[in-house]
Amino acid sequence: MTNYIWLIPVLPLAGFLINGLFGSRMSNKVISWIGNLTIFASFVFALVLYIHMLNTPALSEEGIHNILFPWLNVGGFHVNFAFLFDRISGTMTLMVAGVGFLIHVYSVGYMAEEDGYFRYFAYLNLFMFAMLTLVLADNLLLMFVGWEGVGLCSYLLIGFYYTTKIASDAGKKAFLVNRIGDFGFLLAMFLLFYLFGTLQFPEMKEIILSHHIAPEMVTGMITVATMLLFVGAVGKSAQLPLYVWLPDAMAGPTPVSALIHAATMVTSGVYMIVRLNFLFQLTPNTLLLVAWVGGITALFAATIGTVQNDIKKVLAYSTVSQLGYMFLGLGVGAFVAGFFHIITHAFFKALLFLGSGSVIHAMHHAYHNAGVHDKDPQDIRNMGGLSKFMPVTYWTFLVATLAIAGFPLFSGFFSKDEILWKAFASGHKSLWAIGAVAALLTSFYMFRLIYVAFLGQFRGSEKEKEGLHESPRSMTVPLTILGVLAAVGGFIGIPHIFHMPNLLDKTLEPLIPAINPVHYLHNVSTEWTMMGISVAIAIAGWLIARSFYAGASRKAVDGLSRTFSYVHKLLLNKYYVDEIYFAIVVHPIKRIGDFLWYYVDVIFIDGAVNLTGMLATCCGRVITLFQNGSVKMYAFSMLTGILILFWIFIG
Amino acid sequence: MLNTHLLSIVTFLPVLAVIVLAIIPGRQEKALKQFSIGFAIIHFLLSILLVTNFDSSVYKIQFEEIIPWFSTQFASVGYHIGLDGINLWIVMLTTFLGPIIFLSVYSSITKKVKSFLINMFLLEVGILGSLVALNTFLFYLFWEVMLIPMYFIIGVWGGERRIYAAVKFFIYTMAGSLLMLVAIIYMYLQTGTFELMDLYTHTFSGQEQVYLFAAFAIAFAIKVPIFPFHTWLPDAHTEAPTAGSVILAGVLLKLGTYGFIRFAMPLFPSAVKTFAPYVIVLGIIGIIYGALVAMVQKDVKKLVAYSSVSHLGYVMVGLFALTIYSVQGAMLQMINHGISTGALFLLVGIVYERTHTRLISEYGGIAKVMPVYAVLFMIFTLSSIGLPMTNGFIGEFLILMGTFKSAYPYAFWYAAFAAVGVILGAVYMLWMYQRVFFNIEPSEKNMKLKDANLRERIYLLPLLIMVFWIGLYPSFFLKRMDKSVEHYMKLIQPGTQLVVPDPTAAVDEGVQK
Repeated sequence: MTNYIWLIPVLPLAGFLINGLFGSRMSNKVISWIGNLTIFASFVFALVLYIHMLNTPALSEEGIHNILFPWLNVGGFHVNFAFLFDRISGTMTLMVAGVGFLIHVYSVGYMAEEDGYFRYFAYLNLFMFAMLTLVLADNLLLMFVGWEGVGLCSYLLIGFYYTTKIASDAGKKAFLVNRIGDFGFLLAMFLLFYLFGTLQFPEMKEIILSHHIAPEMVTGMITVATMLLFVGAVGKSAQLPLYVWLPDAMAGPTPVSALIHAATMVTSGVYMIVRLNFLFQLTPNTLLLVAWVGGITALFAATIGTVQNDIKKVLAYSTVSQLGYMFLGLGVGAFVAGFFHIITHAFFKALLFLGSGSVIHAMHHAYHNAGVHDKDPQDIRNMGGLSKFMPVTYWTFLVATLAIAGFPLFSGFFSKDEILWKAFASGHKSLWAIGAVAALLTSFYMFRLIYVAFLGQFRGSEKEKEGLHESPRSMTVPLTILGVLAAVGGFIGIPHIFHMPNLLDKTLEPLIPAINPVHYLHNVSTEWTMMGISVAIAIAGWLIARSFYAGASRKAVDGLSRTFSYVHKLLLNKYYVDEIYFAIVVHPIKRIGDFLWYYVDVIFIDGAVNLTGMLATCCGRVITLFQNGSVKMYAFSMLTGILILFWIFIG
Repeated sequence: MLNTHLLSIVTFLPVLAVIVLAIIPGRQEKALKQFSIGFAIIHFLLSILLVTNFDSSVYKIQFEEIIPWFSTQFASVGYHIGLDGINLWIVMLTTFLGPIIFLSVYSSITKKVKSFLINMFLLEVGILGSLVALNTFLFYLFWEVMLIPMYFIIGVWGGERRIYAAVKFFIYTMAGSLLMLVAIIYMYLQTGTFELMDLYTHTFSGQEQVYLFAAFAIAFAIKVPIFPFHTWLPDAHTEAPTAGSVILAGVLLKLGTYGFIRFAMPLFPSAVKTFAPYVIVLGIIGIIYGALVAMVQKDVKKLVAYSSVSHLGYVMVGLFALTIYSVQGAMLQMINHGISTGALFLLVGIVYERTHTRLISEYGGIAKVMPVYAVLFMIFTLSSIGLPMTNGFIGEFLILMGTFKSAYPYAFWYAAFAAVGVILGAVYMLWMYQRVFFNIEPSEKNMKLKDANLRERIYLLPLLIMVFWIGLYPSFFLKRMDKSVEHYMKLIQPGTQLVVPDPTAAVDEGVQK
């Protein structure tokens, strides 16, 4: 069994090949079965393996190694196609395959009426293959395969509605911005191979643990390498300054946003750092950078999230913000806490996106029925009172909101609070404060969604209202399952002050050696106090949102934005970051390209070449004048020549 | 018996095709084309024996054949050919592309079919000859032979500005090769031999090396082409018929890079030391410059042509970084470029045959009407931008990693700047792809476009297989050039030992630093 780890990623790959090659001739039903079964099989197999691993002492710490075949072997550089199933990758695999499966099921309903159904499922399965490869890779190079692979799938799925410019622009933007990050990842690999002579995780870890590495090397090259890796993470996990692709990525189908741009792919940057914790622990400077980038991103994105009117845009900025929390956790040395937040976030954010998908689906139908074509089904100002029409969607959405806002006992509460506590306890009080303010904003913008979209009165016509209905079972069942997970998922990581076992800590701790242990404050009463503050913040956010938006008419909502018009405008336009990037990066590069082509290539270089050619032709022309066949001319020139020669030699 | 003459047979087999083609009347275009396809397939199948009988455990020349040719009181010239890990895959690439090209010609060439086919086969002889030649005289001979059919292919079957492009191609290349001829003659006068193996053992003085290297380098630099000798390339590519572009990009350019590794570098090692940083910098400029200029092209074919400048920049950087990784990567990248760029030219040709335009702005949304074609185009695009699991990634990765590990003082910066090409490559390819295949509903005219037909799919399939074969299992290819590359590294860097890194030693070294 342990020799078949490769089946976990390869099963969805098989699904991709079957659906991709023959899907155009198969019925939607067959396509759905193939797409769903393959990933479900992966999940079940991973679960069995996971249990087997934890119960087998020999495998429990080392994990299961599965070497398929040598991939590259050049002059001592040796990389295998090999997978490593250990506590870190196993836990992540369960989350990825599990949530992935639920979203596959959801997609059956959501995409039922779309063209290119087979294409969608093929891409989705390909994504699962790439993501699981990323997670299970036993070396950096194979991880990079998955890393770029998920980027490709993201590109394809964002641009799923490829005949619209918005979607294809967004897909391209995602790929290119990610490539900037990948550039850092590549250079980091070169540097690490230079330092370690291997890119395999277990070997690298072994070298670090068995050698006392000199501090000069740590401050020098490993710091550079980890910072370059972090550049990769910043690209993939949408942090400042490379987050700009994620909000645009919402142009893709909503289940894609849930799967790729919330639960799985965007967390790979965080996962990578957890995976390489033994390396990052050596470099306090990089960790500090990680913490600050994460903290600032968390706050920055949350401020934008408070004013967006597109339901998916709010969730997109929320994702950027929550990813920021994860990096904040990693940065203060709380690797398990960061990982914990990956998992709880996967539950509640996937749920939020799927919930928003359900809403959009309903709004779309409502408009379709009413024959309305010019209204945006994603604009929350057009919604209102949806809870009456879609109870399952509403209640699950509310659970997820409570979880992300950090209401006690919901999953997000435990993970976010642990990150904030660790930031505080490690002495980074300003980072804690940033995180706390962001938490307030999070609670605010989420309840704003609840009030504006789900409560109050529906803000559309009666005819539209008739078309509103709850989504089909294939969509509501995944919502319910995720709802349960979002509610209780936090219990895998209960804080120690509750005196109950912390499963996640127990599972992951053995794989996170204390190479450079961070000293946390141990004070039970302070921890309780901080937790109290967190709860107060969550409630405050809810109350503020309620005072602004409960029962508010569209007019009132618009009026509110006019009161704060400058701030509102700045936030609504996302601080004009896209415009600034266009002006200082995109546009100049195009201009340089034009300049190089017109002036350097065509006029200068080619001009010089053609000039040389022309000179030769001209000289030829001039000389031909003398060879015109006239004997008199020849005699004349001969005579002239002889006279000249006489003059030179005699005269 | 077969083994002793196999290489000669493979090299000169196309001559037989030329004879048969000459006999078939020119009116029977179908028969001419079908014969060419069949012949090229047989040629390729025969050449597979070169791989199966190749011994990858030694660096020495295999399938070697030496025949004294003529000898006067001034010169003695021999026929000497052979195969090793350096030229094996380029030879194979040439025979591999043969059937593909003739299949594409089936619909694209309609005038003077007979002489086109004859020219193609002659070109193949020239290419194969210069790839397997092991003395400088023979090499030069084939090098020039190659020029003439290519000149005709561009000049007769090309686009509107074909004459300009053909003449430019001819003169540019000729200018370079004359310098090389002078160098070859000078070397002969100094050593009394044209034999490459003997020349390797001769050490020219430092001064001589500089001049001789420069003479060879310019000839090859034009062929590659290295910035700023590249301006013939976009013209030649845009004007040449599809088949011409494929062979030009696929193999002809590789003769430049091959020339460096086989001739210029091992013959003049001390000059290499002097020039290497400059060549690397030119290579990096080529990578970035080619990408930026490709980005703003309005003509798809020109875009692909400029992308070649960028890709070949990688190969040059890899060769001159002089590490086992980068040189192997560069050797592999030559093949990769032949496959992906060759495929891209074929793909551009397919759509050009249907619409008679190559302007990007004329397209948009055609993924909707040509789904299979769009998928194929996407895969080769990804291979061209070096996505992992495709061939392009392996080549780029090894080149960049090797450059990073090279002994130059600015190695890190060389690798970092060259790696910028990884970003820019994605920029121009994906932007082009978007404008051609996505963005809008296809225009009414484009709605009528027909998807890739069976013949087109058939000839793209082998290229597709190669993309993933090299991407997933590059060892098959790397293993067969391993020993020869090592040997050439020793020739180029006499006295230095190849160090196989030991993980713990590397760390200790790091500690000491």
